[in-house]
Amino acid sequence: MIDTNVNLFRWPFRRVVGDDPEGLVSRLEKRGVTQAWAGSFEGLLCRDVEGVNARLAVACREHGANFLIPFGCINPKLPDWEEDLRRCHENHHMVGIRLYPNYHGYGLADPAFARLLAMAASRKLIVQIALSMEDPRTQFPLMLVPPVDPTPLSDLIPHIQNLRLILLNAGYRGEDSTLGLREIDKADSVYFDIAMNEGVGGLARLIAETSSARVVFGSHYPFFYYESALLKVRSAGLPREQELAVFEGNARALLAK
Amino acid sequence: MKLDRRTVLKGLAAGFLAAGVQADAGNSVGASKSDSRFRIWDVHSHLESLPGDTPEARMEILVRHMDRLGIERLILSQGFGDYISHPTPDQVRQENDRVMRAVKHFPDRAYGAVFLSPDNIDSSLEELDRCIRDGPMVSIGEIETDVRCNSAALDPIVEWAVSMRVPILQHTWIKASGNEPGESTPFDLVELANRHPRAQFICGHTGGNWELGIRAIRGTNNVCAEIAGSDPVSGFVEMAVRELGAERVIYGSDVGGRSFASQVAKVIGAEITDSAKELILGGNLRRLLRPILEAKGLQS
Repeated sequence: MIDTNVNLFRWPFRRVVGDDPEGLVSRLEKRGVTQAWAGSFEGLLCRDVEGVNARLAVACREHGANFLIPFGCINPKLPDWEEDLRRCHENHHMVGIRLYPNYHGYGLADPAFARLLAMAASRKLIVQIALSMEDPRTQFPLMLVPPVDPTPLSDLIPHIQNLRLILLNAGYRGEDSTLGLREIDKADSVYFDIAMNEGVGGLARLIAETSSARVVFGSHYPFFYYESALLKVRSAGLPREQELAVFEGNARALLAK
Repeated sequence: MKLDRRTVLKGLAAGFLAAGVQADAGNSVGASKSDSRFRIWDVHSHLESLPGDTPEARMEILVRHMDRLGIERLILSQGFGDYISHPTPDQVRQENDRVMRAVKHFPDRAYGAVFLSPDNIDSSLEELDRCIRDGPMVSIGEIETDVRCNSAALDPIVEWAVSMRVPILQHTWIKASGNEPGESTPFDLVELANRHPRAQFICGHTGGNWELGIRAIRGTNNVCAEIAGSDPVSGFVEMAVRELGAERVIYGSDVGGRSFASQVAKVIGAEITDSAKELILGGNLRRLLRPILEAKGLQS
């Protein structure tokens, strides 16, 4: 089982079990996970992005070699972010990056984002975009962060070669699972995780709207209870082969692309 | 890392075991999973956001999904179409009639809870008589209208509930950007509960912002925390158990807008004892409902 959406270190506003790398790995292994793609909560607010990424890489190597796969953070609104991208790829040997546009103050129509997306694709890095991190209704009142509007992607995607994109935490509420994604949900280069997929039959609906080959397992653990994503797949009534594809096969195919 | 199919299946089985669910799905409508680790009763469910034109059709979908997670029974209440902020007496009756139709279709999988409006007290009391005293329903709520629940308008409803020994599920939220006009908070519910110490209240959503909601109701023992309808954020159930005791925490999902999976995961995934999970997933609700169920000769 490959979890494409886990987070290392501390959420800024709450301690949760598993917010230490050792505890995270132990809990994921106990739940049958064989590989976890990990971002760092530090990437949300810290501006020393290379420090964030270096700590993430070390923690993944020391506590979960070949198990925790680090996804570095890039903020294209910071000076010389291109060097951070180069280091993620060449120094930390990362296979992908994770972006937090709403925490970093840019939209997906921003030219800097388009440039980042193209540069990441040219390095054959997987790009994860966290469309939200939590329900806006429950955020800390002094720091309200609306979800990312993904619709500008529809103009960008056709023009970027070798793009491999995963939208994390899409559909933070019920029926809005597509959040205006209909124009991009048929693009072969775009994948979707299920952490915030909601509603009765929500996963089957997401697969119907996108593709059974482009929905990947992602839990948003440890911010969310891991069992939420697990039980969504378990209770979706999918054919066994499709279930296995969501749990692992699709992520593995994406890695191999 | 290379994995074969057997390794994947073994890993999945470990995950399911950790989650407390069976590794083999059943899809038959109406077939309850009697060998699940917990008897799961869901205090908070609706027929909204589901395919199907009739209450019966939508209930069939809910039951199919209940079976997949071993959920034994729902408490079903209003909500078929769009939210009605100030329902008329006719609209209230229509909502309750739909619920009773759905429950009648699956009497061993759901009980009904009566909807009412503090805007229309006389007709609400008539609905309580029609649906609970003289009908098949067993509890009150989810009360969700644009009248805050600290209003004196609710007092006759609560007095009726005390006389019939039925609990009340009240919608509450504390939204970061501000509540809707007339939307209740846990603080409002505490005011009401303090006026009626013999009544049993269930704090719907625990205010959504549960770190605030749990604190708000902590000192009011006739209010239970209900966990439905918010993201499955780690720590919710652990904090509720720590601050209130497992006896004051109740599982609910708020389907169909939410999934059973994300909501039951809050309990299954919590780092608490199995005995606490048993209480939260159904034991506490059955305890609250026991007087009315026994009076009606219904199963608990």
